[in-house]
Amino acid sequence: MTGKPSTDWIHVLNLEDVPVLGARVVEGAAIGSVAVFRTEDDQVFALRDHCPHRGGPLSQGLVFGHRVSCPLHGWQIDLESGKAQAPDVGCARKLSLQLEGNQIFLYKPQLDGNVP
Amino acid sequence: MTKMRLVVIGNGMAGIRTLEELCKLAPDLYDITVFGAEPYPNYNRILLSPVLAGEQTVDEIILNPLQWYQEHHITLHLGVAVTRIDRVRRVVIAENGLQTPYDRLLIATGSTPFILPIPGHTLPGVISYRDIRDTEQMIAAAKRYTHAVVIGGGLLGLEAANGLKLRGMQVTVVHLAGWLLERQLDPVAAGLLQQSLESRGLHFRLSCQTRALLPNERQDRVAQVLLDDGTSLDAELVVMAAGIRPNTALAESAGLACQRGILVSDTLQSYDPRIYAVGECANHRGVAYGLVAPLFEQAKVCANHLARMGIGRYTGSVTSTKLKVTGIDLFSAGSFMGGEGTDEITLSDPSGGVYKKLVIKDDQLVGACLYGDTADGTWYFKLLREGRSVGALRDTLMFGESNVGDVGHEGHDKAMRMADSDEVCGCNGISKGQIVQAITEQGLFTLEEVRKCTKASGSCGSCTGLVEQILMNTLGSDYSETPAKKALCGCTDHTHEEVRQMIRKHHLLSQHDVRQFMEWRTLNGCASCRPALNYYLTSTWPHEAKDDPQSRLINERAHANIQKNGTYSVVPRMWGGITNPAELRRIADVAEKFHVPTLKITGGQRIDLLGINKQDLPAVWKALDMPSGHAYGKSLRTVKTCVGSEHCRFGTQSSMRMGVALEQLLFGMYSPHKVKLAVSGCPRNCAEAGIKDVGVIGVDSGWEIYVAGNGGIKTEVAQFLCKVKTDQEVKEYTGAFLQLYREEGWYLERTVHYVDRVGVEHVRARVVADETGRAALFQRLLYALKDAPDPWKDETAAVDWRQFESVPLEPRPLEEQS
Ligand code: SRM
Ligand SMILES: Cc1cc2nc3c(=O)[nH]c(=O)nc-3n(C[C@H](O)[C@H](O)[C@H](O)COP(=O)(O)OP(=O)(O)OC[C@H]3O[C@@H](n4cnc5c(N)ncnc54)[C@H](O)[C@@H]3O)c2cc1C
Ligand code: SF4
Ligand code: FES
Repeated sequence: MTGKPSTDWIHVLNLEDVPVLGARVVEGAAIGSVAVFRTEDDQVFALRDHCPHRGGPLSQGLVFGHRVSCPLHGWQIDLESGKAQAPDVGCARKLSLQLEGNQIFLYKPQLDGNVP
Repeated sequence: MTKMRLVVIGNGMAGIRTLEELCKLAPDLYDITVFGAEPYPNYNRILLSPVLAGEQTVDEIILNPLQWYQEHHITLHLGVAVTRIDRVRRVVIAENGLQTPYDRLLIATGSTPFILPIPGHTLPGVISYRDIRDTEQMIAAAKRYTHAVVIGGGLLGLEAANGLKLRGMQVTVVHLAGWLLERQLDPVAAGLLQQSLESRGLHFRLSCQTRALLPNERQDRVAQVLLDDGTSLDAELVVMAAGIRPNTALAESAGLACQRGILVSDTLQSYDPRIYAVGECANHRGVAYGLVAPLFEQAKVCANHLARMGIGRYTGSVTSTKLKVTGIDLFSAGSFMGGEGTDEITLSDPSGGVYKKLVIKDDQLVGACLYGDTADGTWYFKLLREGRSVGALRDTLMFGESNVGDVGHEGHDKAMRMADSDEVCGCNGISKGQIVQAITEQGLFTLEEVRKCTKASGSCGSCTGLVEQILMNTLGSDYSETPAKKALCGCTDHTHEEVRQMIRKHHLLSQHDVRQFMEWRTLNGCASCRPALNYYLTSTWPHEAKDDPQSRLINERAHANIQKNGTYSVVPRMWGGITNPAELRRIADVAEKFHVPTLKITGGQRIDLLGINKQDLPAVWKALDMPSGHAYGKSLRTVKTCVGSEHCRFGTQSSMRMGVALEQLLFGMYSPHKVKLAVSGCPRNCAEAGIKDVGVIGVDSGWEIYVAGNGGIKTEVAQFLCKVKTDQEVKEYTGAFLQLYREEGWYLERTVHYVDRVGVEHVRARVVADETGRAALFQRLLYALKDAPDPWKDETAAVDWRQFESVPLEPRPLEEQS
């Protein structure tokens, strides 16, 4: 991304705060906890920390490729889209995220539940 | 960039299966063109028999409708045979003149039925049994004519005869050999089969050769079959089911090396490396297979190479057979005829219509032939393919899986007898009917596919055998096709065993090295292989390979058990189940301070604090000031003890002291799966040592050691290992056994399954008989456990503490920058 994020974007973490092939949980948003994932190629993704199956905390899952396997019953969720892999059907809420240098930003209106 | 062009000749089961696999691996690599001589999209040829018998329709057996080809952008030429391959210009030429260039060519032309070259073989009314057209001709003939003769009493011939009989014809089977299905059954079983078919109204002429086929008066159709002994049979329909020949005419004319099939390598390549061949037209290491399961294994490997992944080799298949005649159950696999150096166990109940023969060689099951009761066919086939040692099972082997306690759900061990509404998979709530429906409607063939599609047997796995049986009963042959070699996961074709060996042999120290060295298909593995690799590395090279927390599932990463609502439970260690007032007080204080919703005594003699928030875990551990109970790990769990000789009036040994000593010895031990021990002070065995991974029972003269019990999904009684005198011996034998398991067990294999696989004799030989070996095993265990850190306390344990800090959603000061 180029240009400075507007004030609608909140700086929540730095890249190095998130373990490679791991996740951190951001608490306190109106829409519930948010999981921030980091993959091996240093891409970061944000999903609502809520598995479409039975609400398992995706942040606690095992990350591989661009996917996370839910800690409760092993559904596999695509980090880019939030979609569950077949044959499971469902979608975790995908959240906007920006990486500026090493800083990770989340989009405030979305965390407040004001935009989808 | 223009795509490479792949041309497939043969729109049958093997060719299209290869494309399905290819589309999964590399959907965009090729422009694909398929030529099929038949005017139908790919269908399930083996289900022609139920179609003939009137149990299914042609529409129902289509595997890939035309739409499938469109969706995958495959150009399909139906009803167009290829007549020439020009290898120099790399084009195939079809009968309608169409010329299609290729970069890769896949030949999957199947077989042609063998037509006996006897006088009259070209008469109308003489047909083979291979495709939809043949089947439709038979159905039409059955409407008009009365007499049919089937030449050949093999699987195909009998299925044809049965179908024609059901359609109202009078059918005689003429067979050259002395008994039916001579390649699948021994004479006894074949006799029972013949009786049963005769009672359905079929006639047989065995040891009999056909001399000629004679026409009717108008010379326009076959009317009689003349046999060698001079007798003749009426026949307005003659079905030749005398065998098949690999269909290699096209390949041969293109100059490809053929010899009873197109010769292919382990990568399914012909002598021209651009040209692959799979299915019945291929000859791999001297065998041209005529069943679907091996063809599918070939398809998988071939697709992998076409997708340029370049891994995986086809090394041949073991096959089994089943006759698809409703109401007749027979099964055979391997060398069922027995012979030199083999032992046979037979059970024969002719009036009950049951016959079973098992052939054993060097402690392994090498053949099975079952008639009448085939419920255990899949199980025997599995034992056979896996080459598992059956010495210990020998006495009960004949009575089947249910008698060795190897089944999942009691009372539901016979898939055939289950009603459609009966639950098969208790974890996911899947009924038999749902599985059958998925198999027939979605064209599934393998256990893996059923798992993927229905989830049945995908969780705890205890219903795997049932699902395999349902597959087999629904499809006729053995499609479970779990190859003898089972890949660790979808990221690789290597087995657990191969991975373990490579790590040891090449001194591999990181997952990255393993994946690179063994050519993983994925960059950083998956949720199945990462934990396994992490275990294999750290157990093979203790203190050298580094533990990777990100490759551990959540419980082992957080050192607590995750609950359904995302909170955690904490189970501190109470050595041998023994506690004291100070500990109990601390537990009580922690429970109050952290508002622990539930305090529970576990089934493992200790206390569980349930419902703790993740952020509180470090503080809870600190306040408890007790060792981690590892209740979350593939590791030493509990050592259950009884009171023993200190207090009990019957006690002969101090089970509490022994239990605590063992638990302290093994603290921090990670293993392929969890490990539980118990020590009882006398044979009354109040600690239930008989269902533990290691059970120790005090007797007057010392201790008895039992191994490989299990109290979980399938209760299994532990097996006697040996008797020893001293405490030190108990430690050494127990430690040596567990180290052997740590070195040889596959990830997620409990001791019971490990010992099942390698045989208890192997364990006795290594742990009991071999004194130096035992000492060495024990030393390796001690070395691995040296300075084993307590993850709740010690800095040296690989714990990522960041996971316990939550990140509040407050704007951090934005670094001003313009
Ligand atoms: C807490 C406890 C139940 C209780 O309240 O008593 C328990 C709880 C769980 N058991 Fe257990 N098992 C507990 C004793 C047992 C026992 C009895 C025993 O240990 O004497 C057994 C049968 C004995 C055996 O293992 O052979 C037992 C057989 C299982 C199995 C089946 C294992 C098998 O190989 O068949 C599983 C599933 C697995 O491990 O894959 C399992 C899995 C689980 C898990 C860890 C499921 C999970 O992965 O989350 C449960 C965690 C519940 C939770 O929310 O925290 N639990 N579990 C017991 C803890 C004992 C301890 O102090 O550590
Ligand atoms: C009635 C019946 C019952 C069976 N039952 C069982 C069973 O219970 N279990 C089991 O495991 N197996 C069974 N089989 C065998 C199984 O069907 C075959 O092993 C399998 O179909 C072989 O697959 P394939 O792709 O090699 O050949 P096929 O499925 O025969 O496909 C080859 C295709 O190539 C086409 N073709 C050939 N030459 C050309 C050309 N020059 N140009 C274009 N197209 C061409 C053919 O028309 C055909 O459609 C049965 C077979 C039959 C006939
Ligand atoms: S038996 Fe074990 S795994 Fe099942 S619900 Fe009880 S504690 Fe959980
Ligand atoms: S809650 Fe995620 S898989 Fe069940």
